[in-house]
Amino acid sequence: MHTLLAAAADDQWITLDWASLGSTFWPSTFDGLTFGAIYALVALGYTLVYGVLNLMNFAHSEVFITGAYAVVFTLTSLGFGASPPNLSGPEIVLNLILAGLAGMAAAALVAFLLERIAYRPLRRRNAPRLVFLITAIGMSFVIQNLFFVWRGATAEPSVTMFQNKAVFDLGGNLIYMDTLIIVIAAIVMMVGVDQLIRRTRLGRGIRAVAQDPDTATLMGVNRERIIISTFVIGGVLAGAAALFYIMKVPSGAIYNGGFILGIKAFTAAVLGGIGNVRGALLGGLLLGVIGNYGQVLLGNGQWTDVVSFIVLVLVLMVRPEGILGSNLAKVRA
Amino acid sequence: MSRSFKASAAVAALALLLAGCANDSSDGGATSDGGGGGGSAKVLPAQSSIETPAGAVKAAGDGKGKCAAGTTIAYVGAMTGDNAQLGINIYNGVQQAINEHNKANPGCQVKFSKVDTEGSPDKATGPVTQVTNTKNVVGVIGLPFSGESKATGKIFEQAGLVHITPSATNPDLTKNKWTTFFRALGNDNVQGPAVPKLAEKIGAKKVFVVQDDSDYGIGLAKTATAALGDKVAGSDKVVTKQKDFSATIQKILNSKADAVFYAGYFAEGAPLDQQLVGKGFKGTFIGPDGVKDDQFIKLAGSSSKNAYFTCPCIPGELIKEFATGYKAVSGGKDPGTYSVEGYDAATVLLSGIDKGKATRPALKDYVKTYDGQGLSKKFKWDDKGELAELAVYGYRVDNGKIVSVGTIG
Amino acid sequence: MTSPIEDAAATQSHLDEQSERPKRGPFDGLARRWDHLERWQQWGVLALVAALVYLLPVLNPPLITSEPSNDFPITCANMAIYALAALGLNAVVGQAGLLDLGYIGFFAVGAYVTALWTSTDSTFVKIPYLWTLPLAMIVTVFFGIILGLPTLRLRGDYLAIVTLGFGEIIRLLATIIPALRGQVGFQNVGAPPGTKSDGNPVFANSSGTPWYWLTVTIIILLMVLLGNIERSRAGRAWIAIREDEDAAEIMGVPTFKFKLWAFAIGAALGGLSGALFGGLNGFVNNQKFDVQTSMLFLAAVVLGGAGNKFGAVIGGALVAYLPLRFTGLAEYKFLIFGVILVVLMIFRPQGLFGARNHLLTYASRARRWLGEKTSGSGATAVPATEESSS
Repeated sequence: MHTLLAAAADDQWITLDWASLGSTFWPSTFDGLTFGAIYALVALGYTLVYGVLNLMNFAHSEVFITGAYAVVFTLTSLGFGASPPNLSGPEIVLNLILAGLAGMAAAALVAFLLERIAYRPLRRRNAPRLVFLITAIGMSFVIQNLFFVWRGATAEPSVTMFQNKAVFDLGGNLIYMDTLIIVIAAIVMMVGVDQLIRRTRLGRGIRAVAQDPDTATLMGVNRERIIISTFVIGGVLAGAAALFYIMKVPSGAIYNGGFILGIKAFTAAVLGGIGNVRGALLGGLLLGVIGNYGQVLLGNGQWTDVVSFIVLVLVLMVRPEGILGSNLAKVRA
Repeated sequence: MSRSFKASAAVAALALLLAGCANDSSDGGATSDGGGGGGSAKVLPAQSSIETPAGAVKAAGDGKGKCAAGTTIAYVGAMTGDNAQLGINIYNGVQQAINEHNKANPGCQVKFSKVDTEGSPDKATGPVTQVTNTKNVVGVIGLPFSGESKATGKIFEQAGLVHITPSATNPDLTKNKWTTFFRALGNDNVQGPAVPKLAEKIGAKKVFVVQDDSDYGIGLAKTATAALGDKVAGSDKVVTKQKDFSATIQKILNSKADAVFYAGYFAEGAPLDQQLVGKGFKGTFIGPDGVKDDQFIKLAGSSSKNAYFTCPCIPGELIKEFATGYKAVSGGKDPGTYSVEGYDAATVLLSGIDKGKATRPALKDYVKTYDGQGLSKKFKWDDKGELAELAVYGYRVDNGKIVSVGTIG
Repeated sequence: MTSPIEDAAATQSHLDEQSERPKRGPFDGLARRWDHLERWQQWGVLALVAALVYLLPVLNPPLITSEPSNDFPITCANMAIYALAALGLNAVVGQAGLLDLGYIGFFAVGAYVTALWTSTDSTFVKIPYLWTLPLAMIVTVFFGIILGLPTLRLRGDYLAIVTLGFGEIIRLLATIIPALRGQVGFQNVGAPPGTKSDGNPVFANSSGTPWYWLTVTIIILLMVLLGNIERSRAGRAWIAIREDEDAAEIMGVPTFKFKLWAFAIGAALGGLSGALFGGLNGFVNNQKFDVQTSMLFLAAVVLGGAGNKFGAVIGGALVAYLPLRFTGLAEYKFLIFGVILVVLMIFRPQGLFGARNHLLTYASRARRWLGEKTSGSGATAVPATEESSS
């Protein structure tokens, strides 16, 4: 007799490998944090735009990938290539900063154009939310395929920024330089953005528009300027994320490379509480770490996303607005 | 303002870190140069050229071919999308065969039509039906991928249209009792067992097997694992489009394997190898034909030095005569993976057409009983559509190029 | 629910002193003329249109045809299947206003149900293909409820990301669970019975026309059915939820129940279209069911006009048709598609055929009551409400 209903018991497809998780716990954590920090930086772009416009900016993943292309092009033109460059430390730093700035500028420019070309006309026309979303998806298609037409289906040749090596030993677990750079730099940038939102005039404007656009406008806040600024800030952060991403995945500049990362980053933003800057950081780091644990524990890279999404659903069932709650406006000064 | 302070702090931190490392970067590079081939691994010598096999059937034939005007051979397979390159390699080979044939045979001008499936099973039915409904098409080269071949084999069968795949390697394809399906290369069952042979040649004792989620990767990992036996140090699975392999790499490093076999394609294989070497892996990286691509070297950068490949494909660039002809068709590019197979498959069909077998049933029977030497191998199919004699070649990366190390069995 | 964007945008447009009236597209005039037809005239026009639709693959009109790169009847069959999926998604997104980005999950479940119970590669009991169509619907409704029960209490974008996750999980499980065979897939998926004179089956994978006719028939039946549901209490409840969920709740509409209903109906149609897709291709694996395809479905609904089932069907057909027709532009087709989508959204955000708010019941009697004069002048006042969907 054949089995009538799904009975996959003959092939075991879930095995819990606690031993592996135990033996690779710390390395998994550090690797998870590294990618988590990158997710978090991209997630900030989603969160800020969502905060002021209530828009799921699907095209933000393409803002990110533009940054990645810019980083790779800049580094290549500076003479970086397949092997680690033969340069002194300060020279490398200078070059990386240059590449990072190029990435930020390119990403910010695309974010700016995106807002001007696609979203602004919609706002003037008072379009419903679904229309914004579809436009975002459409723009995502457009940018992705511009890269496809321009650069083809394969990734850009890889650029190695420096010879990666262990910096110090933490109880038998090596901490690698890229991990350290990425996590520290990302956290510093996030703190910077958090302070920007809390302390500066622009930040007040952003919070005001997030809370109540009408009143904010009446109180003299230039709404258009605030919106464009959030897009640009999001772009800058995505550009920085792109630099770190290329540091981690030197062959990461490919036309569709932003899409999956974008979805992860958006998930991170929702997990932490969309519209919440600290939530984005928390969500990103959590998602990176959880995905890695899931992969090690279940012994298969295919589980990473399943685990991430299941965690998301469980969190949303308990806290429907994400872990830290979802309001950009409610941030205290 | 606090923001600028934070930013400068970040820059400073970055500078400090990098300054710390950069002092070592030069000698780090030197070590990686030395260790690239893998600690104890032997470096196999490269092959420099291959003689054109004696008595190989060429597309030009004897120049006396006669056929009806409009007789057409079609290529059905990926021409655009992510899998385009493989398709381009193949149809340039086919185009070369047809050009040579038409130049030599004024009495038989065979047309060549190309149809795009993007390599995707759900997009393939439309183009395949279109081709089977076009009466002039008497033979097809394709489809390149196993998934789309599975989805469309039945349509060819119902139309009685012979098709030779130059690159679909799933073993199950020939178990469908299709009479129109022929395979111009060895399937995964041939390539998998070559992995331990290659591992032995380079002196690897423990091999870690990583597979992707593709039909191809799963099948290959299965046969390779079986052939490796107790040499398997461990296994893991990754997904298409994955970029971060840190969890897999941890497992590989923990297993103390001295070689990794990656059953999948170069898009994931390259970052895997790169991250592996970045984490201090000193062993050898072995990839199958899906990884053997110049793109792999570009994407993996200097890490690719530790890479070896298995492929049931002949190094076309080493067959001088073929490589020259190919460059004329491809606009100066060297033959790629499966270019020769495309040429050989087209040659089989063309020789049939020249002999007056220019109808679908006649050409099908002709291919079924065909027995001749091609550039890549001897072509004689069994009743299922598999070739009898098959060779797997070993390749390795040398100075940023893929070079052949000869047959590995 | 009024979102800040809308409020903000409203303010903006007031500030700009540009509260321009939405432009009337070419189809609005058509819609108005349509409303003025008697019921029997409407049916007559519909019958004519239906006849043309049925004849499409046989006529194989030049310029419109997707040949020589794709067999036209198969293109038609694909169009019909996408149209069916869009019709189902329209019930969820367009009618009830629930943003579902994981609709592909239901499509996948439907395809897998068909594959599991008909393919020679499956170890399950084999049942005739046509039985798998209702079975696929039942199974997907089950999945829809499983997904809907915990998540439908989430609002708006949270629901969107959770459904997106659901779609991904389905795809990944198809990869992970060995019985679902991942990319290896299921060959020889079943088809309806019947053989032609030459011994080949009527519903062969290479003959699109029978599949097209089958799917179109299903679509027509479902449209009649959905039209009735729209005019029933459920339909009114959906619109209430879509327009303002809180208000609907306060007015006594059991919003959760009706949201679940919409979800279940959408799931059933998604499953049905997936099952047809599996049958048409004769092969099911995990490659088609990704986020991008889900977005394409959503784009189809919005392209046609969310909330308008004719629009959704046409949108679905277009989304399937354009890439198959313009393979000559292969490299550029998704670029062009994206541009079309953006331009359309900017210049005609309500889609090709916008949702039209009209009296759901007794419409014609009401019109007769009000007389020609009011409906004539009413037409200029209507746009403001027409546009405010969501």
